[in-house]
Amino acid sequence: MDVLQLLLSGLANGCVYGLVALGFVLIYKATEAVNFAQGDFMMLGAFVMVGLVNPHFMGLNFWLAVPIALIIMGALGYLLDLTVLRFMFGQSQTAVVILTISLGFVIRFVAGVIWGHEPQNLHSPLALGDVRFGGVVLSLADIAVIVVTLLMTLALWQFFQRTKLGLAMQAASQNQMAAYYMGIPVKRVQGAVWALAGIVACVAGILYGSKGTLDISAGFIGIKAFAAAVIGGFGSLPGALMGGLIVGVIEPFAARYLPTGYSQIAPYAILIFVLVFRPHGLFAQVRVKKV
Amino acid sequence: MRFHFKTSYDQDIRLFPDWWNFSLYVALLLLMLVLPWLIDGFYLGEVTNVLIWAVAGLGLMLLTGQTGQVSLGHSAFMALGCYSCVNFMELGLPFLAAFLLAGIVTGIIGAIIAIPALKLHGVYLAIFTLALAILADDLIVILEPWTGGVNGYFAPVIEIFGIEINRWAAPETWYYLALGTSIFVALLYRNLLRSPLGRAFAAVRDSEISAQAMGVDVARTKTLAFGLSCAFAGLGGALMGLFAGAFNNETFNFLIAIQLLMMIIIGGLGFIHGAFLGAIVIAFLPQFLSILTDNLGSASIPGLETGVFGMILIAFILFEPMGLYGRWLKIRTWLELFPFARRDMFRRQKTYLKTERLR
Repeated sequence: MDVLQLLLSGLANGCVYGLVALGFVLIYKATEAVNFAQGDFMMLGAFVMVGLVNPHFMGLNFWLAVPIALIIMGALGYLLDLTVLRFMFGQSQTAVVILTISLGFVIRFVAGVIWGHEPQNLHSPLALGDVRFGGVVLSLADIAVIVVTLLMTLALWQFFQRTKLGLAMQAASQNQMAAYYMGIPVKRVQGAVWALAGIVACVAGILYGSKGTLDISAGFIGIKAFAAAVIGGFGSLPGALMGGLIVGVIEPFAARYLPTGYSQIAPYAILIFVLVFRPHGLFAQVRVKKV
Repeated sequence: MRFHFKTSYDQDIRLFPDWWNFSLYVALLLLMLVLPWLIDGFYLGEVTNVLIWAVAGLGLMLLTGQTGQVSLGHSAFMALGCYSCVNFMELGLPFLAAFLLAGIVTGIIGAIIAIPALKLHGVYLAIFTLALAILADDLIVILEPWTGGVNGYFAPVIEIFGIEINRWAAPETWYYLALGTSIFVALLYRNLLRSPLGRAFAAVRDSEISAQAMGVDVARTKTLAFGLSCAFAGLGGALMGLFAGAFNNETFNFLIAIQLLMMIIIGGLGFIHGAFLGAIVIAFLPQFLSILTDNLGSASIPGLETGVFGMILIAFILFEPMGLYGRWLKIRTWLELFPFARRDMFRRQKTYLKTERLR
């Protein structure tokens, strides 16, 4: 029973990592850049929700606040692209990496100024109930996380496979110039994917906030989400979810069975191991390029 | 405008292109040597801090600016340099020997780590090194017998040829130690760039494929770049830890590595001057902000420093990707060529994205 409990709570944590990793993958798939601020996006999404829902801020109904928060974060993602990232067109990946790291700094600063540095709780109806079957106790939030993550992954995967916009995003990343010649509005597509990443981050933030306390350094789970995205292979949506689940499940087991001090290095050790032996992840998307 | 009409290759790789240039650097050196008599102890300590950051920055500059590989993990190597230096000193080695040996050990370990990391490009290398930096934090706690774990170390007494280097009693001794190290590293760096290896670094940065075609051993060049870069960072880290007086796993947090990278970008990627200019920004920004908030009469805002730092960096990447030194180069060129300077003289070629993924 113990093992099952660890497994399930690991899965729920892993889904949050997976959701953040989905954000990385979305942006990577469409622009070939990595958004190092995705974790901070998630933190911001959660705090926007806190600002809308918690009684000493605006005190809106939770279910009313969800779409508003999603729209705010989506708009923010689009605006960020419009005002900052669009000017990075044609510059190296490294510059984008550094730009997004500093965006993360700025987001953390702004969130600290607005919502303060103390840990806060999101007043979420998901945070209340427990569900037990057998000897296993799961909070309602855990179940919501797992269900929502599965649905999101499926929807986004289908979005990239089937819809016109999804295909346009892939085309824009595979060859920007050619995509532009084919009549794809590359810049607007890039804006759309940043908006989408903002929405995904907001969903992740709401779920993360429902699971426990929040503070402005919550964005650092983005680093674990990196591990998830790399294990899954950057550029693969189901891979990101799988990677997230692997990291999430390994953590509680490492904490349980490894001596203290060794357990928290487990996700990073796996990350390095995967990068060294399978540099393109377990679900590799790169074949040898034909000249 | 002075014209350099080059008639031989030797002229191209001279340390100083002409006497004017040489005398400028001599004047700067003289100024730095008499600085302890010009400013008080507090500011001397700040300048020492700038020089220490610059040493570590030169290390990362060699890797990122010269060879084009991004590392977000140099804090790990700074920690390694610091702890190995202290451990060598506890074994009874004199400070200078321990210090240089720490640099060498860090360089060798860095080169060994570089071998698997070499297969990785761009973003993957950044993530790999970021993971290293986070692992280093935990490893320091695990390796308690050598590192003192969470309690950390107090810096042992440093003596060079019988002179005690003490930050509080005699700040100028520390200043000269940092100055000497930074001059040593900068000269080494400058001479490295004139050697075939330095040229190979630049070739790898500009295009790996063409470097390979010209007969550069890309793997060897990258490994050497990583090793040398780690050695410099180790020296910088040793100085930083010893200067702080007490250090533990938190001192070499991964945020230090990110700050280091941002510093060299603000200063100007690929220029030795850039490391120093960036170090000035990073060391004086906190002072400047605290003076500013004091004068405005507001309470200190937590996290202001990193927030402002992030905004400065975004501004630099958007408007001046060549950094402070690049801006100076542009101004100088404009003045020298007046009125014939053109706007597009420094325009960089854009590359449009192509991926190797299939779906």
